[in-house]
Amino acid sequence: MKMMKQNVMIAGLALVLLSATACKDGNKNEPAAPMSNEMHQESMDDMMDDKPMNEDDEMAMNNGQDAKAEAILTDYFKLKDALVADDNAKAKELGASLATTLGKLDISEYTDTQQSDLKDIVEDAVEHAEHISESDIAHQREHFKVLSKDVTDMVAITGTENTVYQQFCPMYDGGSAWLSTSKDVKNPYYGSKMLTCGKVQKEIN
Amino acid sequence: MKVLKIIAWIALIAFVVIQFFPMDYNQSETLPQTDFMLVNKVPATVEKSLQVSCYDCHSNYTKYPWYNKVQPVAWFLEDHIKEGKAELNFNEWDTYSDRRKNSKLRSIIKQIENGQMPLDSYTLIHRDAILSKEEKEAVLNYMKTLKDDLE
Ligand code: HEC
Repeated sequence: MKMMKQNVMIAGLALVLLSATACKDGNKNEPAAPMSNEMHQESMDDMMDDKPMNEDDEMAMNNGQDAKAEAILTDYFKLKDALVADDNAKAKELGASLATTLGKLDISEYTDTQQSDLKDIVEDAVEHAEHISESDIAHQREHFKVLSKDVTDMVAITGTENTVYQQFCPMYDGGSAWLSTSKDVKNPYYGSKMLTCGKVQKEIN
Repeated sequence: MKVLKIIAWIALIAFVVIQFFPMDYNQSETLPQTDFMLVNKVPATVEKSLQVSCYDCHSNYTKYPWYNKVQPVAWFLEDHIKEGKAELNFNEWDTYSDRRKNSKLRSIIKQIENGQMPLDSYTLIHRDAILSKEEKEAVLNYMKTLKDDLE
């Protein structure tokens, strides 16, 4: 009897322990959510503060729909710069604010097909931006690749007031493109590891 | 020894008590027309791999063998299902735009290639969910053809 009791106890303990460890990688991800929300807030404030400094941006804000596309580009470029600088934490922050800005894109003045394209683009891009807001830098760069395609496709519809350069590095993940405001190549996929991989592929506008 | 015994008893009692907490089963009665298997011509072997290794967390229908009904295993699973479905729900495949399908396929391929899916914590208990080298290859090849067709 005594033996049995002890056996049951040991079995019970073992089960509890087993199940407590069973899902440790599930838990690992949890702190990300509330944290990114906070950052979200902060970077929103940041964005507001930045606004008056950038006149182009402010003007763009005043003429309706394109303004938002312009704001998305601004956030995208900041994110790109953070990746160029190998700055994981900053990229997280900027990923979160880009997700918010993307969500605010006003598509009401486009044609039906353009609207449905833009909706698809935004839906996909938001997901990538959100992932960037909670990942390590390697994962951020993976998502940045697809995000870059989304943003490029968006610009093809919305246009932009400033000249934008599409750059391309054949080495990262079978060849990857990104957008930049400058002709100079600074690679967001490699950062300091291979900063200059790539060339200007196309000039937009 | 005495202390250890008390702790063991408390753990055992707690373990028994939590079995009586109600749980939400992720078991939808209907299979939507938008399901991955219904809208794609999935080879039988790939279909089986996905059903066994992924559908528990990435669809509206989870199989619950006895050990999945044991708390706190069930709670952890419930959490995974919620998170997993938000990322990818095979039942809703055809509601995704081509662009998103492309993104999802990309991500599926990456996750399997890197061995991140199915989750280790899951295969610890669900041994049959582990993909063999051949199964992995078959799934990856299929996902890659789907992706190429989209592009
Ligand atoms: C135990 C439940 C579970 C199983 C089984 C499972 N997943 Fe997941 N999956 C999750 C969870 C939870 C997430 C979200 C958190 C994360 O990325 O770790 C996720 C995320 C994903 C993502 C998105 C990842 C990203 O970051 O872009 C993909 C793709 C995916 N799973 C594919 C699969 C495939 C394919 C299988 C089968 C081979 C599978 N999963 C099996 C729970 C599961």
